[in-house]
Order: sequence, then C-alpha cells, then structure tokens
Amino acid sequence: MKSLIQKLVETPGPSGYESKIRQVVRQEIETLADDVRVDAMGNLIALKGSQKPDGKRIMLAAHMDEIGLIATHIDDNGYVRFTTIGGVRAHSCPGGRVHFLNGAKGVIGVEYKENQNEAFSFEQMFIDLGVTIRKDCPVRVGDVAVFERPFIDLGERLVAKSMDDRIGVAVLIETLRQIKDTPHELHFVISVQEEVGVRGATTAAYGIDPELGLAVDVTGTGDTPKGIKMEVGLGKGPAIKVRDAGMLADPRVVNWMVDTAEKNEIPYQFEILEKGGTDARAIQLTRAGVPAGCLSIPCRYVHSPSEMVDYQDVLNAVRLLTELLSQPVDLEQS
Amino acid sequence: MTPKSTMQVPRISAAQLKLLERLTNACAVSGDEGEVRKIVLDEVRPVADEVKVDHLGNVMVIKNGQGKARLRVMLAAHMDEIGFMLIQNEDKEEGIFRFDVVGGVSTSHLAGQSLLIGKDHVPGVIGAKPVHMTTNEEFKNALTVESLRIDVGPGNSNLVKIGDRATFATRFSRVGPSLRAKALDDRLGVCTLIELVKQAPPNIDLLAAFTVQEEVGLRGAKVAAYTLEPDLAIALDSTPANDLPAWDASENTRYNTRVGYGPAIYTADAATLSDPRLIRHLAETAEGAGIPYQYRQPGGGGTDAGAIHKQRAGIPSVSVSVPGRYLHTPVSLARLSDWKNTLALVYLALQRLSPDILQAER
Repeated sequence: MKSLIQKLVETPGPSGYESKIRQVVRQEIETLADDVRVDAMGNLIALKGSQKPDGKRIMLAAHMDEIGLIATHIDDNGYVRFTTIGGVRAHSCPGGRVHFLNGAKGVIGVEYKENQNEAFSFEQMFIDLGVTIRKDCPVRVGDVAVFERPFIDLGERLVAKSMDDRIGVAVLIETLRQIKDTPHELHFVISVQEEVGVRGATTAAYGIDPELGLAVDVTGTGDTPKGIKMEVGLGKGPAIKVRDAGMLADPRVVNWMVDTAEKNEIPYQFEILEKGGTDARAIQLTRAGVPAGCLSIPCRYVHSPSEMVDYQDVLNAVRLLTELLSQPVDLEQS
Repeated sequence: MTPKSTMQVPRISAAQLKLLERLTNACAVSGDEGEVRKIVLDEVRPVADEVKVDHLGNVMVIKNGQGKARLRVMLAAHMDEIGFMLIQNEDKEEGIFRFDVVGGVSTSHLAGQSLLIGKDHVPGVIGAKPVHMTTNEEFKNALTVESLRIDVGPGNSNLVKIGDRATFATRFSRVGPSLRAKALDDRLGVCTLIELVKQAPPNIDLLAAFTVQEEVGLRGAKVAAYTLEPDLAIALDSTPANDLPAWDASENTRYNTRVGYGPAIYTADAATLSDPRLIRHLAETAEGAGIPYQYRQPGGGGTDAGAIHKQRAGIPSVSVSVPGRYLHTPVSLARLSDWKNTLALVYLALQRLSPDILQAER
C-alpha cells in the first residue's frame, strides 16, 4: 500500500483543481468498482454493490484536494504575490518550494524586516520563479500551486505533503479492493474542495441521498513535545470521531464502529477534535439529515508540508472499514 | 477598446444608459427590493417566455432558445444594495432615529450623508457631533453606528416608520468616461442581465435570476438556483477596484481589479472556486473577440455564485464583474468601456456555449 500512498501524495491537486489526482485515482479504482462517474462539482464517485433487503445506501467520503497557493499579482520584476487555498499556515511557508500546476516551480521568499524573528504574513511573502521581468514569468494571476516535498518512508511512519487527505483516499481505494461481498449500495466519493469548506461533499451528498455516511479523514494528535492537549496519538489505531468543530457524530454510528472494532480485535481510539471539520458534516446536514460519522487517521503536523502518519494505523483503518461495510448495519441495535 | 466590428453584440447606447440611471436612482436595500423589481419586471415581461417572482422576491425569467441540446444557463445579478434600516424613533418631535446598517457599510464616511428613506424617498441626513466640538480623543476613534442618528426633520417622524430602509441620495451622472452613482453594485449587473434577456442568444435556454438579499449573505440566489436547477451558472456583479496609487508610492499589489482593464473574471474568492472550464471559456472568448479582460485578484469576498454552485448536486459556476471604485460608499465610479466590454464578453461567451463544455476535463 506504500507505493499507492506515494503515488497519491506526490500528485498535485489543490482545491478546485483536482484533475490530475482525479485521473490517478480513477485509474486505480476503474476495475474495482461496478461504476465510476464524475459529478458536476468534480467529485469522483465509485459505486460498489447493490442494496440487499438488509443493506443500506452508504456514502463514504475522502477528499482528494489539498491546501495550496494561488497567484494574485505578478510584479515588474517577475515575483509572484499569492494568497492561500485552504488553511495554509504562514509559518510553514518561507523557504518552501512550490510547484504550479502548469509545471512552473519556485521558492517562497520574504520581505526584509529588522527583526527576522518576527512572524511574516502572506502579504510579506512572494514566490521567486527565477525570472527577472514580468513578461518572462510563467505564472499568471489565478494560477495555482502546491507545496513540493518528497514522500519519505521512515518504516512504521510515513511523511509527505497532502497526507490530508490522500491517506483517506488510499484507505478508500484499498477498502474497495478488499471488499468481497456487501449487502449495501456503497458510494465511494473521492471528494473535491473539502479544504475550502466541504463543498464537494455537500453536493455529492445531495446527489447520492445516502441513508448512512462516513468520512475518512486525518485528525490531529496530542503526542508531540508541548503539543496541543488531545487524546489521539500515532500508532494507537484509527480514531473513531465523537466530535469536532463541525459535527457531533451520530452516537449510533460511533457505537457501530466501536462494536465492530472490538469484535474483530482491531485497535482503535476515540477522537475529540476541538478545531476543524470533515466531509461528514456535509453528509450529516444534507436534505432531511443523515446518520454520519468519521473514521480518522491520526496525523502529526497537519497542514504543514510534512504530515506524518503511522502505517499500522492506516492498515487497521482499512481492516475496520472493510469489516464495517461487509455486514448489515442495524443502527437501532447499536 | 471595443469588440471587433464584425461581431454582433448588444450595444449600450442612450436607452441602456437611461435604464441604468433609473436603476441606480431607485432604492432597493436588501429585503426591500420592490422598486428595482418593478423596473425589471416592466423591462423583461414583453420579451420573456416565462416570468415569475418567487417567495423571497427573486425575479426569475426564462428565455428559451431554439434547436436541440441546449444548455440551461443561469445568469444571476442581484437587485439589492447596501443601506440602512430605521430601528427606533428616539425623538418624535425632532425626527431623530437610531438606525442599523444593512450589508457591508463602513461607518467612516457616514456623517453628513444625505439619504432617501422608505418607499416615498423621504429625505434625511445622517447626523454626528460637529467637528468644532469633537475632542482630540474622539478623533482617534472611528465613529460607531451607535453614535450616529438619522435626522428627518421636525414634524416628519410620521412620514417614515421603524423598519424602513434608507439609501444614499446620490443621483446618477456621467463624468467623462465614467459612470457615477450609488448602487452600481449591482445595478450594472441587473442592467446587463436585462439586455441579455432582451437579446438572448438562441443556442441556450437563458434562466435569468434577478436576486434579492445578496448583500446580507447570498440568500436570494440560494433558493433561485434550487428552483431553476441549471446546468451551469454565471453571476454578473460589480467588484471593487482599489487601483489608486499606494500612499507611499510603492507598487500597489492589492488592487483587486483596475478600472479600464475590462471585465473582471473570477478564479477564486472566499465563497467560490470558479469552474476552470468556465474561466477558460470566458478568457478564450475575450481573446478571440479582442475584448480586454482581467482576472480579479484571488482573495476574499463573494458573489451569488457562492450560493449557486453548492445548490443541489452541484452547479458549475463562475462570476464576471464590472470593476468599480468606491463601492459600498455614497458614490461609486465605473467606466462605461468596462461595462460595454462586460456585456459583449458575456453575450459572446453564451453564444459559444455548447454541452461539450461540461464533458471537457476541468
């Protein structure tokens, strides 16, 4: 699964510009699904199985978009000013290397300040593409870029840009591969525009009109020096979301996930994320409302160019999701 | 620069300027758009296949095309403008009212402004403490809405009522190449859309939505898009041009748009990431026709597209704006040439639309 993860994280796909990553994912799932389509927003939707009397119409969502940058101005000397797509943090930008979707590459520089230890705002940064005048600049206003950083395999831990949420995409692809038999009509949604406000999942959920929804996304951890106070840690299993800033997970869905993990002796942990949200919120609030939850992959340094996950957590997430989707679901019993 | 003369596009001449004058002089603060709605209805009824006013007050107009495989294209322009609402008659005899702002209004330029209040356009003025009596300490602080009052004059309290909207009293005029008025945001869009309804290209079904309550959160467009269920959408709006020189003579890198540079095509704002196929379609149309255009700097703000594209199972959307200086103040300025080029660009872009565009890779 590591080579799949590497392929996914090394493909650029900032929100709104997911064509390349969509193509990569499509090639992976085309032979695994009963049907694959792209909807009006650009969500890639794979259908697996048909609904048996004890089955449900279930929407799974993992987003393929990543945070990035967008050019706002090219100055006389060919430097590019930019703003962000999604929650890019200013402190992780200076010195960073970026890769525009048209192939152009550059580095992020900062204006001079007396006190170099002071934080820089995005307005004080620019991208240097190695040109000296505007007319040679290969970028125009509105062009988009992602951070450039190679995938590194530390054995049990994997590091890359855009683990958020390519790791979720990898879990969905692998689950689709491993599911042998299901009583459900499963809609695997590889969604767009999550990082700018769960926009892709909003319209996908409306279109699919599911009876049950699960997102697969990353969550933060509390296991780094002087880090945020949080229960989740790397290597303790996939996390079952109870709550985040955008959603209170349906308690029946939480119980169903816990029971299934216990029964199959899959390690898991509970997640309460005080900031942030996932596609599950969009699913929960579509139409007349949908029971929804989220399976989270613990991830350090989220929204930095070096996001770290634990490989066993990823494998266990696939195991748990495969078990969840292979059996009938009775939420009233959960 | 005007479009190549071989292109047949709707023109802006005296009649259209007269219509823009009526539209900008009309008062239609969010939630009370009746005055503009009436003008719109009078203009579109004779030419439309279907006209409907929905429960929120959106005017929805359908102009069917001819031939097979026609795209259903929604065009949205908002009728409402920013303004004020009377909230309490503090001194009945003197005609003094407390008020609140509706939509994005800065309080820094309100004192002393002339207003028109309510359906009868009762004149009023925003009062503040005279400069002679303001202390140095008070000068350091921006005026708050709470410290300002609307003054309609002694004995006139009964001419207006709590809940009435008020707008700036500015009247439309032309100044050289510029259009000078209140509410160019978004009467320019409304006027453009009226012209497009009157001269709709026959290859599409044109679904025009003259929306309400955009300035308070894209509320009208949300329900209009649900009803119309289009294949794709274009919002026609007006966006700030902050293109004056920087105060310290450094390069202005945050202009948003520049007047005189043509229609502003949106790639990204806070509410929408435009569909890349529609961005390309507009840019290619402009280049093919020799129409100047600019990309609005990606950043904050939002248009009706923000509500439309997330409706139902998703609607590919983009926005095009006429740039304007000093929007959301008593007087805004736009260039006639930018407006002409915007109308021409949108018309030609619609004319070139075919269902293939939605099959293309993004």
